[in-house]
Amino acid sequence: MGQQALNGVFVGSIYALFAVGYTLVFGVLDILNLAHQAVFMLAAFAALLLVADAHLPLWAAMPLAVLFAGLLGILLERLAFRPLRGRADSNISGLISSLAMGTVFEAIALQIFGPDTSRFPHGTFPDRLIRIGGASASLLQLCIIAISVVLMALLTLLLARTRLGRQIRAVAESPRAARILGVNVDRVIAAAFFISSSLGGAAGVLFALAFNSISPDVGRSVELKGLAVIILGGMGSIPGAVIAGFALGLIEVFTVAGFGSSYRDAVSFAVLFVVLLARPRGLLGQAAAREA
Amino acid sequence: MDLFLAYQSLIAFVGINGLLALSVYATLCCGQLSLANAGFMAIGAYTGALITQHARGVPFVAVLAASALLPAIIAVPLGLPVLRLRGVFLAIATIGFGEMVRLFFVNWDYTNGALGLVAIPQRTHLWTIFLALAGALYLLGRLRGSRAGYALEAIREDETAARTMGIDTTAHKLAMFVLGAAIAGVAGALEAHLTFMVAPSGYGFGRVVDMLVQAVVGGTAAFFGPVIGAAFLTVLPEVLREAGARLGFAPGPFRLFLNGAILLVVILFLPNGLVSLLRRRRAA
Repeated sequence: MGQQALNGVFVGSIYALFAVGYTLVFGVLDILNLAHQAVFMLAAFAALLLVADAHLPLWAAMPLAVLFAGLLGILLERLAFRPLRGRADSNISGLISSLAMGTVFEAIALQIFGPDTSRFPHGTFPDRLIRIGGASASLLQLCIIAISVVLMALLTLLLARTRLGRQIRAVAESPRAARILGVNVDRVIAAAFFISSSLGGAAGVLFALAFNSISPDVGRSVELKGLAVIILGGMGSIPGAVIAGFALGLIEVFTVAGFGSSYRDAVSFAVLFVVLLARPRGLLGQAAAREA
Repeated sequence: MDLFLAYQSLIAFVGINGLLALSVYATLCCGQLSLANAGFMAIGAYTGALITQHARGVPFVAVLAASALLPAIIAVPLGLPVLRLRGVFLAIATIGFGEMVRLFFVNWDYTNGALGLVAIPQRTHLWTIFLALAGALYLLGRLRGSRAGYALEAIREDETAARTMGIDTTAHKLAMFVLGAAIAGVAGALEAHLTFMVAPSGYGFGRVVDMLVQAVVGGTAAFFGPVIGAAFLTVLPEVLREAGARLGFAPGPFRLFLNGAILLVVILFLPNGLVSLLRRRRAA
């Protein structure tokens, strides 16, 4: 029981980290960024290249891969989102253009790395088991949980306390009002993309380390889990995404324990469906008359 | 004639992809982005393949009818709650449905799980495909300019306003959702009897993205736009394959890259798709 809960928290921390980036962009722009999963995947490959080919230690490779992911986010915003701003149907056309960018990213990864699974070299992270009460966890798992929680706490602080955070919240509320008050809206949106994509990239690196496998389609399954998480948490709500991420991780682990592993992926879709039909605004979302 | 034989399978896929793009267009033309069609296609493909394999005497027309009917029946209870959702939420819910269908077939032992069904007799001919395509085009073409067609356009422009004017928005949206499911089901069965096999991996998220890309690239302002987009995106990678190989691209990533890049260019610079090029020339 304790073991299962620990595994759930571990998986959940990665889901939450991934989904927080998703929901941040949705909160600011009202656009679903379907290229988020491709950034997640490319960051994992970047970390792999830095560790395996450039022989960097992991503690140096990970921040570089995260920075790379953030820059991809800025590129994404420039190419796929900024040109569409102000178009009447921008939330559907933005979804489609982000899908296009995601496809391009995936094609690039497929061309460079091939369709097979790549792995980190042996000994990238020390293998050590730690016992907590009746449960045991690897040092890696605990580090992943810790890193995710720290990153999410940093994001919350950034949004609540800093000037940039206030500007992001202002733009999320109303871009026009924010502009009148002197906020450089384009710069704030670019910053939100940088933050969102770095978090997605961090989740990608942690996911790749945790399961020690990376392939060009690794983002696809996480993408759907991420969608379930942001729907459950409430679109655009960051605390909602954090809670829902951990909740989905726990639900998944206990379902697998109870019914077998073939139901693992069905869980997220069942959650997604039930929430969309029964309470479309999710756990912590605002009642949005415009969408549901 | 040799040329025709060499490109027979390419031509067949132009037709099947055209049907699939039309199935996405069916909901897109009333402003609903539904991504459930790979799921409906899978249901149609498995239905057709199972009937052909277990009841040999059934004529192919009846097989296709069943492959259209079952997805259409499933679309009703799915569509009623799901179509209440708008925009992004509808897209997410239907992505979820598509994945659930795929997972169902992965876990169903009767159809060999992830391996799927093989050695399905070939019953699809080019004329069957293009007859089905012509039928779908005729249906969607007749809709334009009809009372229902205007209602769909009104829903696309502003759903609340359409409802205020007394249009039964739910019934119209549901009808198009069901029609899209039926078209996707037929396309699935046609493909299954052309390639001899069905497997869950063929009906993943990537498949529905392909359909959407083709519909949007062709243009959803005209009912024949999605077919043009499907033809363009099916033929182009083949035409450019040599050039891509010379540049060092493998065929798989190359096709994916073209799809993404063309979609991006179209959505940024030609929001009404390739069809708007035709229009512009006619106007000039």
